[in-house]
Amino acid sequence: MERHDRVWWKTAIGLALVVVMLFPVYWMVNVSLTPRTDIRKGDLYPHSPTLEHYGIVLQDQLPHLATSLVVGLGTVALTLLIAAPGAYALSLLLVPGRRVLNFLLIVGQMIPAVVMALGFYTIYSRLGILDTLPGLIVADSTLAVPFGVMLFTAFMAGIPRELLQAAQIDGASHWRVFRSVVMPVSRNAAVTVALFAFLWAWSDFLFASTLDREGGALRPITMGIYDYIGSQNQEWGPMMATAVVASVPTAILLVVAQRYVAAGVTAGAVKS
Amino acid sequence: MTQVKVKAPPPARRVAAAQDASRNGRRRRMRPTTWAAIGFALPLVAYLAVFYAYPLVENVSMSVHRFTRATFVTGEAPFAGADIYREVIGSAPFWPTVRQTAVFVVVSLVFQYGIGLALAVFFQRSFPLSTILRALFLVPWLLPIIVSATTWQWMMDADSGVLNSFLGVFGIDPVWWLNAENSLMSVTIANIWLGIPFNLVILYSGLQNVPTELYEAASLDGASRWRQFWSITFPLLRPVTAITLLLGFVYTLKVVDIIWIMTAGTGTSQTLATWAYAMAFGKGTAVIQYSQAAVVGTILLVIALVMGFVYLAAQRRQED
Repeated sequence: MERHDRVWWKTAIGLALVVVMLFPVYWMVNVSLTPRTDIRKGDLYPHSPTLEHYGIVLQDQLPHLATSLVVGLGTVALTLLIAAPGAYALSLLLVPGRRVLNFLLIVGQMIPAVVMALGFYTIYSRLGILDTLPGLIVADSTLAVPFGVMLFTAFMAGIPRELLQAAQIDGASHWRVFRSVVMPVSRNAAVTVALFAFLWAWSDFLFASTLDREGGALRPITMGIYDYIGSQNQEWGPMMATAVVASVPTAILLVVAQRYVAAGVTAGAVKS
Repeated sequence: MTQVKVKAPPPARRVAAAQDASRNGRRRRMRPTTWAAIGFALPLVAYLAVFYAYPLVENVSMSVHRFTRATFVTGEAPFAGADIYREVIGSAPFWPTVRQTAVFVVVSLVFQYGIGLALAVFFQRSFPLSTILRALFLVPWLLPIIVSATTWQWMMDADSGVLNSFLGVFGIDPVWWLNAENSLMSVTIANIWLGIPFNLVILYSGLQNVPTELYEAASLDGASRWRQFWSITFPLLRPVTAITLLLGFVYTLKVVDIIWIMTAGTGTSQTLATWAYAMAFGKGTAVIQYSQAAVVGTILLVIALVMGFVYLAAQRRQED
């Protein structure tokens, strides 16, 4: 009996902690629904909720949202294309020099994006591909490729060898084994990698602000929000409304793929 | 397809054999598998060479050549050797920035880890709704940082920010969160908030590996909850702690976006990473300082490289 009470008491504390932790998120939604004239009052909830800010967002930000979607999906495709075969070579085909490769991947994850941005900026300006979507996709993919390879490698190393040998006995080539056995079995790992590649590309501020600063309407949504900050008179309503809209894809991904998220963090960080 | 009936050697021998083959590769003919492996690894190797190594080399090269705005037109950047390094390290903002970076990283890590661990222990035993509540803690980590940063910026507004109205309820004077003096504290608070989910997830999964029998035995011996934590949980978590702090260190060191969006790296909130960003890409920079930015970038790069080695060593120890 006592234990039962105690358990509900824990739920109450947990709920209180969540409220504190998610207060900024609530506040963002609250401001986005507050009429322009009331924003400076700082009411705890919108007394007369309005969708006016969302109207402005739909007018101004749709191109940026579309750009982010393209960049996100492009980054996912590029990341999977590079990471999956690489991990197959590292984990199952025992490519020579894989210790060095593994080390490079660890270091790759630790390189500050600002350092990469500096290098990319000079190269891109020389090649004339600043402010282009392919340029941004390539840069964003550097956030996810090392993580992707490490996650795929950890996952593929656990595939039973008998499965691969059986396919080889049937006369399948390495390519065939990869395509018809390894990849289908690694579906969960692929979902996790794709999820993170998309989230990171969608959220990227640094590469977008350095490599795509003059890209006009073809700039991602993070730059759309940043434009509001840069303006003289900060428009908090539309800014928070854009922030809410920009969070929608991540919220959907969180709900749909929640178990992959936790798996991704732990696999990427602890096991590799 | 000729090796159909070859018995698979045990993994350890196979590894040795593969290393052997790579060492004597030039004399002995490589087996078909090795060629296939190289083929599959080739895109990755090419990718790392072109999209990692090349920009990094470019960055280091920029730090030893004097880049000006004209360089992008004429392509001329005279070689300067270590001159720019001397200038940057000798400049007035260098040591204060290093100190601020250290404060930002250390304070962030201590609180992120402490709060993350407390939450992980709290959620260790399941109770009604515990799974959902724990999942909700991930939200801040998945939001685009620009979203969190603008929200914090607004909450910390001196006049109409909710933080000051909250403090006002207790009769505390409004705090100028984002001015030069307080900005380091403010961005650190926001960064701690951002890092809690990561710490929670990793430490929680670490806790799952602590055998429950240990706790049962300890409570039979009459050990208190507190005693159990210090004698069982904390020691057994040590490897996970090491990796968490190590990764946290690297991630915090490279933070630019949250600081830049909240304060543009002004005042005490300037760290090495935002300094490099400001010198190269900051708005309204009168003189473009790519080379100086590249120097700071190279310093960050060296730290990342060292941490890479430490990570590897830590992982080896964990595996043993």
